[in-house]
Amino acid sequence: MKMKKIIALALSCALTVGLLAGCGGDKKPESGSNEIVIGLLANTTGGAAVYGISVRNGAMLYIDELNAKGGINGKTVKVIEYDDKGEATEAINAYSRLVSDGITAVIGSVLTGPTIAVADETFEGNMPQITASATAAGVTRLDPGNSNEIRSNVFRACFIDPFQGEKMAQYAAEKLKAKTAAVIYETGSDYSEGLMEAFVAKCAQEGITVTNTEAYATGDKAFQAQLTNIAASQPDVIFCPNYYEDDGLIVTQARQVGVTGTFLGGDGWAGVKDYASAADLEGSVYCSGYGSGANPEFEAAYEAKYGEPITGMFEPLGYDAAMLLCAAIAEAEKQGLEAGSDAYKQAIIDAMKATNGLEGLTGTFAFDQYNDPIKSASMMKLEGGAEVFTELF
Amino acid sequence: MHLFSILISQIINGLQSGAIYALVALGYSMVYGIILLLNFAHGDIIMVGAYAVWFSMAHLGLHPIPSMLLAVAASTLLGVLIEKLAYTPLRSAPRLSLLITAIGVSFLLENSFQLIFGAGAQTVPNLISGPSLQVGSVTVSFSAMLTILVSVICMAGLTFLVQKTKLGKAMRAVSENMSAAQLMGISLNRTISFTFAMGSALAGVGSVLYLCTYGQASPTMGSMLGLKAFVAAVLGGIGSLPGAMIGGFAIGLTEALVSAAGLSVWKDGAVFAILIVVLLVKPTGLLGKPMVEKV
Repeated sequence: MKMKKIIALALSCALTVGLLAGCGGDKKPESGSNEIVIGLLANTTGGAAVYGISVRNGAMLYIDELNAKGGINGKTVKVIEYDDKGEATEAINAYSRLVSDGITAVIGSVLTGPTIAVADETFEGNMPQITASATAAGVTRLDPGNSNEIRSNVFRACFIDPFQGEKMAQYAAEKLKAKTAAVIYETGSDYSEGLMEAFVAKCAQEGITVTNTEAYATGDKAFQAQLTNIAASQPDVIFCPNYYEDDGLIVTQARQVGVTGTFLGGDGWAGVKDYASAADLEGSVYCSGYGSGANPEFEAAYEAKYGEPITGMFEPLGYDAAMLLCAAIAEAEKQGLEAGSDAYKQAIIDAMKATNGLEGLTGTFAFDQYNDPIKSASMMKLEGGAEVFTELF
Repeated sequence: MHLFSILISQIINGLQSGAIYALVALGYSMVYGIILLLNFAHGDIIMVGAYAVWFSMAHLGLHPIPSMLLAVAASTLLGVLIEKLAYTPLRSAPRLSLLITAIGVSFLLENSFQLIFGAGAQTVPNLISGPSLQVGSVTVSFSAMLTILVSVICMAGLTFLVQKTKLGKAMRAVSENMSAAQLMGISLNRTISFTFAMGSALAGVGSVLYLCTYGQASPTMGSMLGLKAFVAAVLGGIGSLPGAMIGGFAIGLTEALVSAAGLSVWKDGAVFAILIVVLLVKPTGLLGKPMVEKV
């Protein structure tokens, strides 16, 4: 009887020790270890998964290349990735898991909604965050439209929509030496109106006279009336910040009514070559986040790793987001701080903010006061019915 | 450019789109004139015609000319087929049933094309190109000249057919009094089918002209085009052929001038405002005959 009690006691002691041992094993990554742990949030399943997968693959390509070259400061960059399914609540849950996994910075998310949801969380914990692709103003600004307060810890690699309007106005002035411009845009489309307003404002600064600002309604197919007005003032350039189907129709009809100026557009133009004749499009220029063919080396490496070619600008943006973050981490490492500590995170944020002239696939990076990148855009020109990358501008 | 020449250019723009509206409006008016049906599937026949051009050029590799002929043939056939399958069984049913069937056929066509060919637009660039005409500072594009010319020829042909031939006489007789015409030995089925064939052939021509200018076919292209042509038919007086022509050009001109004035966002609004005003002030339209309901 006594023996039994002793055995039971011994057994329960052993169990307790076992439990405690279990607890001890579940530690956060040790500081000073050979790993820097970062998180990656992307919607690799669900409706817009094609973007999520592209960004994820692009980012992982950079990290793998970096680790193959010896990582940062002799430490390997370890990526813990979760799928947020493109949903805000999933993204917040995934982010909480990342925090308990002990990450020191996060790349993500991909779509605007989950990115803003996560940004609210990272802002509270002052966790460095960079998104490759979320374009909405509200990602880096706390209350866009009402205040200029920003989430100081959140950055993005892509340019926001109005930026393209400014770029094209600059391009018109500097490269095309344009003196006059006209705009034809779709009313009721945030994208189209955003680009139009930015273009017109920048034209005023660049000394370009905007002769006509013509609008059309969603679904319109006939643009001759507006284009005839434009033809009457025969501007040097016509800015057409719409999507490719409309752009194709507009260019075709513009040539019919005798508009001879150069057409300029935003990234909505991608694919326009199939929607108007080569002759009508010849010489038109649009800007894009990344021009296919701009970096054959990257494209070949991507295809070698994943077995399929890049789909557009999302892979290079993912790559650049990872690059920007790792460059900032390298700065924090230089200061000899402890990975995962608050000081370390702040050092990453400061280094990111101070980014100046970092060469990425999609341009040369610096950040403005809103943590939006100031970088060059890929200029795509329509030549002989093909959309050809010409330069970074 | 001089203000006057801008005005001339805008009028040509209006005539160009008006010509297409007129061709479609004729189909509406003819069908209404003969069986009192507002054939809301008529706009979608244009869509099918446009897809026929695209399909025969892009997939069968045909030259533009046979493709166009094929499109007109396909539209004609489709019009007759719709009449035989959907409307003939309902000829003695209440007119409301016919109207609802027409809307159903329209949805069926739009959605099945979306299912088969996808929702995006298919392009037929450079269907026909030629030199544009330069008169002073006014540029008249080749497609504008072609559109206006072809549609005027079609309208003249139709007028001749309706006024001078036996079939035309039969059509007029049926539209006047269906049972009396039948008593006189006119084949009702043949005449009605012929009317649908004519109207759909005009829509087929319209689809070719549409592609000459716009170069894109999409599954829903026919719905707004059809509605505006319907407004044109009502404005001219539904059932009246010259009325449909005038109405079509009037709608086209209204659109062009409203857009030119910088109110392009109100373009559709202006067209439908015309419909409301016509229905309030002169429901029979410009050239329509007042109809007495027989008890």
